[in-house]
Amino acid sequence: MPTTIISASPHVHSSRTSKRLMYDVLIALSPAFLVSIYVFGIGALLVTAVAVASCIFFEFVIQKYLLKTAITITDGSALLTGVLLAFNLPSNLPIWMIIVGSLVAIGIAKSSFGGLGFNIFNPALVGRVFLLISFPVQMTSWPTAIENQGKLVDAVTGATPLGIVKEGLQMGETMTSLASQIPSNMDLLLGITGGSLGEMSALALLLGGIYLLIRKVISWHIPIMMLGTITLMTGIFWLVNPDLYASPMFHILTGGALLGAIYMATDLVTSPMTRKGMVIFAVGIGVITVVIRLFGAYPEGVSFAILIMNAFVPLINTYFKPRRFGSKIKTKIV
Amino acid sequence: MLKTFPKGGIHPEENKLTSTKEIKKLPTPKIVYVPISQHIGIPSEIIVAKKEKVQIGQVIAKSAGFVSSNIHAPVAGTVTKLDKIIDSSGYKKQCIVIKTDEKDPSNYEDIVYPLKTEIILSPKEILQRITDSGIVGLGGATFPSHVKLNVNKDKKIDHLLINGVECEPYLTADHRLMLERAKEIVIGVKILLHALHIEKAIIGIENNKKNAIQNFKKLTKNDKGIQVASLAVKYPQGGEKQLVRAVLKREVPKNRLPLDVGVIVHNVGTIYAIYQAVQHNKPLIERVVTVTGKKLEDPSNYWVKIGTPIQNLLDEVGGIPENTSKILNGGPMMGKAVKDTHAPVTKATSGIVLIADDEASRGKAINCIRCGECVYVCPMGLEPHLLMNLTEKHLWERAKSEDIMTCIECGSCSYVCPSHRPLLDYILFGKKLSKN
Repeated sequence: MPTTIISASPHVHSSRTSKRLMYDVLIALSPAFLVSIYVFGIGALLVTAVAVASCIFFEFVIQKYLLKTAITITDGSALLTGVLLAFNLPSNLPIWMIIVGSLVAIGIAKSSFGGLGFNIFNPALVGRVFLLISFPVQMTSWPTAIENQGKLVDAVTGATPLGIVKEGLQMGETMTSLASQIPSNMDLLLGITGGSLGEMSALALLLGGIYLLIRKVISWHIPIMMLGTITLMTGIFWLVNPDLYASPMFHILTGGALLGAIYMATDLVTSPMTRKGMVIFAVGIGVITVVIRLFGAYPEGVSFAILIMNAFVPLINTYFKPRRFGSKIKTKIV
Repeated sequence: MLKTFPKGGIHPEENKLTSTKEIKKLPTPKIVYVPISQHIGIPSEIIVAKKEKVQIGQVIAKSAGFVSSNIHAPVAGTVTKLDKIIDSSGYKKQCIVIKTDEKDPSNYEDIVYPLKTEIILSPKEILQRITDSGIVGLGGATFPSHVKLNVNKDKKIDHLLINGVECEPYLTADHRLMLERAKEIVIGVKILLHALHIEKAIIGIENNKKNAIQNFKKLTKNDKGIQVASLAVKYPQGGEKQLVRAVLKREVPKNRLPLDVGVIVHNVGTIYAIYQAVQHNKPLIERVVTVTGKKLEDPSNYWVKIGTPIQNLLDEVGGIPENTSKILNGGPMMGKAVKDTHAPVTKATSGIVLIADDEASRGKAINCIRCGECVYVCPMGLEPHLLMNLTEKHLWERAKSEDIMTCIECGSCSYVCPSHRPLLDYILFGKKLSKN
C-alpha cells in the first residue's frame, strides 16, 4: 500500500483561512481607498504606501532580530494594520510621523503582546491615538477636499465637519447658523469633505461592509449595534434640541463612525467571540462615542471608544459565554 | 421550514458520490479477521479454539458482561489463529482469524429472505433475540443495542427516533439501505415499538435524501404511529443529542442520555439488523459499507462480511488510485485514518473513504486570531479555542469546569478554524487527561 498520512479527524477543512480573511478586508477597503485617491490625490497614495511599508518592515525586523521567531509578514495582518492606520491619518501628515505611528502600532500594540492574535488593543488605532495625542496639530488639520488634489505641501487645510460643529457650538452658534459651513449629507455620503483618508465616502465604506457581510468575515452584530446606538442617542438629543445637537444622520456619516463600525471595531482579534458579547461591546462603543462627541473635549470619539471597549473584551468573553448545550433548560427529566 | 438543531453546525461539501449506486455483494473473503471488541464496553470472550471448525453465524465470542455483545462467525470455515492484528485504530487488537471453507456453499449463497411482516415474538423474546444476535449501534458508536432497549421501568419513554441522517460527507450506506430495504426497516421500527410498549416513532432524514423521505412517507401512510421528519442539511445532525433537539425540540440535559427526555434513538442500519435478527434469526455478520473517493472510477456500496480486510474492498473498486494520501475508516469528519489496509471491517465501519493528496494534508497552524468561528459552530455550546488553550497549559480542572467532557468530537471546530489550529486533537487529548 502507498504511504499515507495518519492524523486524527476531521480530515477535511473549509476553504477559509486567516490569510484569506485579511485579504477580504483589504478588498473591502479598496472602494474607500479609490475615493481617497480621488479626493486627496497623491497624498493618499503616499501615506498609505508609507504606512504599509513601515508596518511590514517593523513586523519583519521585530520578528527576525528581536523575537527571533518565524517571519509571518505574508499573513496579511501587518499589511492590513498599515492600511487601516493610513485610513485614520490625514493625507498631508509628515512621513516620519507615519513611520512613528507604524512603529507604535506594530511594535507596541501588536508585537509586545505576543504578535498576531494576542494583542488586546487594535494596533492601527493605538498608532493613530498615539499620533493624535503626540501631534495634535498635524493630526487634526486636513487638506480640504478636491481643490488640493495632487498637492503634497502647502495644501489648504480645514477642519472636519465634526470639528466645525463642535467649535461652532462652543462659540455659541446654532446648528442652523452652522449649516452653511458643513457639507450636505449627500456630500458626506459620497465623500467630498475633509478628514482622514478612509473616513471620506460613507458609500464606499458601506459597499465594503456589504462585501464583508457576504463573505462572512464580519457578522452584522457589531456595525449595526454600534451605529444603532449612535443613531438612537444622538437622535434623542437632536429631537430635544435640534439647535444644539447635530442630527443622527450627520453623526453616522462623519468622523469615521462607519470606518470604525465596519472595519475597526469588527477586528477579529480585539472584539468578543460570542454574538452576545459583540452586542454588549458594540453598544458600549456607541455610548462612549456619543458621550465624547457631545460632551468631551475632542470632536471625534470613535477611536477612543473602540480602544476603551477593547480593554473590556477579555471580561466580556469571560462573562458572556455561549450557553452550553443541555444546561439551564427546563426539559423534564423522566 | 425544515427542522434542524439551532446552535452551531457546519456545511461541509457533501460529496455523496455513491447515492445512486445499488448495494452490491462483496465476494466472500478467503480469510476474515474478527476483532473481539467491536462495541463500546467489555470485549467479548472467545469461545472457539484454534483449528476448530465453525459454521456461518455461530457464536465465536460471547458477551462478557451487560455492556458487551456476542460476536458471530461471518463465514463457515476453520479458526486458524487467535492473534493480535492491527485494526483501523492502528493498534494491535485481539482477533479471531477464520479461513473460509471454500467448499461450503453457505459462504457463497445469497439468501433472499421473504418479507416477514407479522411480529410473532413477545417483547421479552425480541430483546433476547437482539442480545443473542450481537446487534450494536451501526451508526458508528457501536453501543450494544440491547442495553439501550433494556429501559428501567421508571423511565417514561414516549418516542423512538430512527436516525437516518447520515450527515457525514461521502457516506451513503444508510441512504442506500433506506431505499433498498425500506419495507424491512419499517417492520423493524414496529418490532421495536412493540418491544418497548410505545406508540410513536419518527424517522429523521436530511433533505438531501428526498427519495428516501418520499419512500418512507409512502410506506408509512397508514401507520399513525410512524412519522417521517425531513431535516435541513447540517452537520452534525446525526449526533444523538442534535437529532433529538432537531426532531422533538427536546434538549438532552448535560451528562444525560436521550433516555432521560423520553427518547430512544437507533440508526436505520441497526433497525435493519434488528429486523433480520428478530424475523429471520440472522445474527449481525455483515453490513453496508460505502467505498468512495473523488479519484475512484467506480465508487460503490457493498454488503461486506464483518472481518473482511479493507484491502479486499479497495481491490474490488480497482485498487488505490495514485495520489491517494489518506485512507479513512468512516467519513471525513469523524473517521479514522487507516495505517494498514489489512485492518478488518468491523460492525462500526460505515465507509472507506480515499482522500487524494490535494486535500489530505492539513494547513500549517498559525496563531489563533480569535475570530470566534469555533465557538459559533460548536453544537454543544463550548469554546474550543479555550479548551485547546487549557489543554496546552495542562489545566485539567479548569478544562473540566469549561465542560470539555461534553464535547461530542464532531470536529466542526477544526473544520472551520481559519488558522488551521488542531483544536479537536487537543480537546481529545484534554478529555483523556481531564478524566484522571
